[in-house]
Amino acid sequence: MTVSNDVSLPDDYPEDHPLHGRLNLNRFIFCAGCLIGTAITAITSCLVERGLTPKDYAIVSGIGCTGRSSGCFKAPAFHATHGRAIPFASGLKLANPDLEVFVLSGDGDLFAIGGNHFIHACRRNIEINVLCNNNGIYGMTGGQCAPTTSIGDFTSTSPYGNIEPPFNLVSLAAAAGASYVARWPGYDVLRLKGSIMAAMDNPGFSFIEVLAPCFTQYGRKNNLGDAVKMLEWLRKQVVIEKNCPPHDAEYSHKNGRIVCGEFVNSPREGFTQKIKQLRETAQKKR
Amino acid sequence: MSSGSQEKSKQSKLILTTGNYACAEGAIAVGCRFFGGYPITPSSEIAHYMSRRLPQVDGTFVQFEDELASIVAVVGASYTGAKAMTATSGPGLSLMAETIGLGFILEAPMVIITVMRGGPSTGQPTKASQSDVMQTRYLSHGDYEMIVLAPASVQECYDFTIRAFNLAEKYRTPVIVATDGIVGQMMEPVRYHSNFDVINRKGPQVPPEDYQPFEIIDEDLVPGMATAGSDYNFYVTGLTHDVTGSPDMTPEGAIKLITRLCDKVRRGRPEINDWEENHLDDAETVILSYGINSRGTPEAVERARQKGYKVGSVRLKSLWPFPEELMEKLGKIGIKKLIVSEMNYGQVIREVERFRHLGFEVSGMLVPTTIPFSPGFIYENIIKEMQK
Ligand SMILES: Cc1ncc(C[n+]2csc(CCOP(=O)(O)OP(=O)(O)O)c2C)c(N)n1
Ligand code: SF4
Ligand SMILES: [Mg+2]
Repeated sequence: MTVSNDVSLPDDYPEDHPLHGRLNLNRFIFCAGCLIGTAITAITSCLVERGLTPKDYAIVSGIGCTGRSSGCFKAPAFHATHGRAIPFASGLKLANPDLEVFVLSGDGDLFAIGGNHFIHACRRNIEINVLCNNNGIYGMTGGQCAPTTSIGDFTSTSPYGNIEPPFNLVSLAAAAGASYVARWPGYDVLRLKGSIMAAMDNPGFSFIEVLAPCFTQYGRKNNLGDAVKMLEWLRKQVVIEKNCPPHDAEYSHKNGRIVCGEFVNSPREGFTQKIKQLRETAQKKR
Repeated sequence: MSSGSQEKSKQSKLILTTGNYACAEGAIAVGCRFFGGYPITPSSEIAHYMSRRLPQVDGTFVQFEDELASIVAVVGASYTGAKAMTATSGPGLSLMAETIGLGFILEAPMVIITVMRGGPSTGQPTKASQSDVMQTRYLSHGDYEMIVLAPASVQECYDFTIRAFNLAEKYRTPVIVATDGIVGQMMEPVRYHSNFDVINRKGPQVPPEDYQPFEIIDEDLVPGMATAGSDYNFYVTGLTHDVTGSPDMTPEGAIKLITRLCDKVRRGRPEINDWEENHLDDAETVILSYGINSRGTPEAVERARQKGYKVGSVRLKSLWPFPEELMEKLGKIGIKKLIVSEMNYGQVIREVERFRHLGFEVSGMLVPTTIPFSPGFIYENIIKEMQK
């Protein structure tokens, strides 16, 4: 992340812009060309298109480059601690089930330090929408290995090449019980937005993996070039498949094949609904 | 118990129950409607009770995957306006360390009950201890203040949990109720009275368009709290922030925020601090104890007084922020010796030693045991100390 205080950013879009009043543009402190901003605007556009105002939703992020995304939303927005975005969002949703709750956080945040919370939130099918900005690395802290880093790749903590296999997030989410699972490249905003809408429709836990290369860390360490070159590198590997079972959704930079699409869309009753029913049972028994 | 006395206790609402249950019922009584927790001896009965009670009052109980999730969810729930809590014991509290700091810097009202057991590490899970009182104070990193209450009876479990919520709401900060394996699990008669005020947090004091989440309008240094689901937009972060909530990485920003957050609690000391005094009028030697370990002190003091020793005692009902006013008072009275009695190898005594300049000697009865000191043991120590 390149934070420069010299560049003065506007606070907001002009008044006739559809996202006017929804974002703090001066908090977009990401490297120019980083797709974190795209995910932020995609979520915000969907909220606006749904006719939702900030009193209807809440945004939570953990710590990292993607962690800084929550500050960009003009909404009840929470910058939690590293790894804890999901339990924070769960607390919000459980105590106020009317809220549309989004988590936007990094792959390290959600799947290393916060991995346990992720699988349990999937299992509970709690009605929150989790977007993982997957750049395969710890962007903010200097480009260390993440649980999504491919075998053989170079990072600050794998100077001889990574020896650990990465998680396939789609397959992990599906196995843990997420009722909606999709993966898209961050540049494919239309499909990404379609999935965000579907996530809001799903009455349970929704997970969207957003592929968003980090040229500043990953690109530099693996000679993959600048922002544009890295997007081209990614585009060559992306294969969009329909009706692909989640466990066949290949995620392999090594094979040059990253299968994208919607892999799970099987709505079932969400956790806060179950809690409502539990209350009825408890109150009848009294 | 005869049926007659059962009838009577029903009328007077005097019931026989455990400290853990009393904490839980106190929480419900003062309006707690969210509990997130993870089982750990000797605190688990609080979770058991909450899982039964909360759904009856439209509340939410969740057993999370660990203590990290539990306390983070409590912060989240607090930011919807709910009164929220968790309960644990030493090992679980250790896992909550980082989030105590988050709750403090986000100024989220919340209550944590820790039922102290033997430590370090897994220690003696089913036993009692007072070896986590410094943990309750200095758990998290960074400069911060904690409010910690220390019940010594089942009745106080009920009363202090109510008070903990009220203080949390008033000061917008995490509050810990530090009980122990004995107070938590022993049974005593308790009155579930409704003879208390309910304090609710201060809301935003300006319209949404003028709202800044950490703007200070009142002298109490407590900002008005907006919640998710209202008309207010706000961003809160664990990074050092300015009044707008924006990260502020300047030294001035750190000084301004940290001093306000700490002073908010420090200034509240006269209201927060609470203790009990016994024979201070003529005491030359005073026993200081708290929690379960204070229960044997009065009898020991009486025995020593019958023998002509000028002994008194104080019992701390709140541990943190440390009751400096009490130390000053003891100095003014002119006591000669303060004996700190605690079920650990010396924790609160370190805080007390800071006040030696007030003219009294400090010594300790410090045993890292899991059973409270008997009156006989305390008595013998008093005599030994006074004959020195
Ligand atoms: C408890 C704790 N451990 C470590 C850190 C340091 N830290 C901050 S962000 C981060 C990794 C972020 O990686 P990721 O979630 O992938 O986010 P990205 O920057 O790539 O968007 C780490 C290790 C921290 N803030 N807190
Ligand atoms: S993820 Fe990488 S490219 Fe994006 S802001 Fe962080 S360092 Fe820059
Ligand atoms: Mg990352």
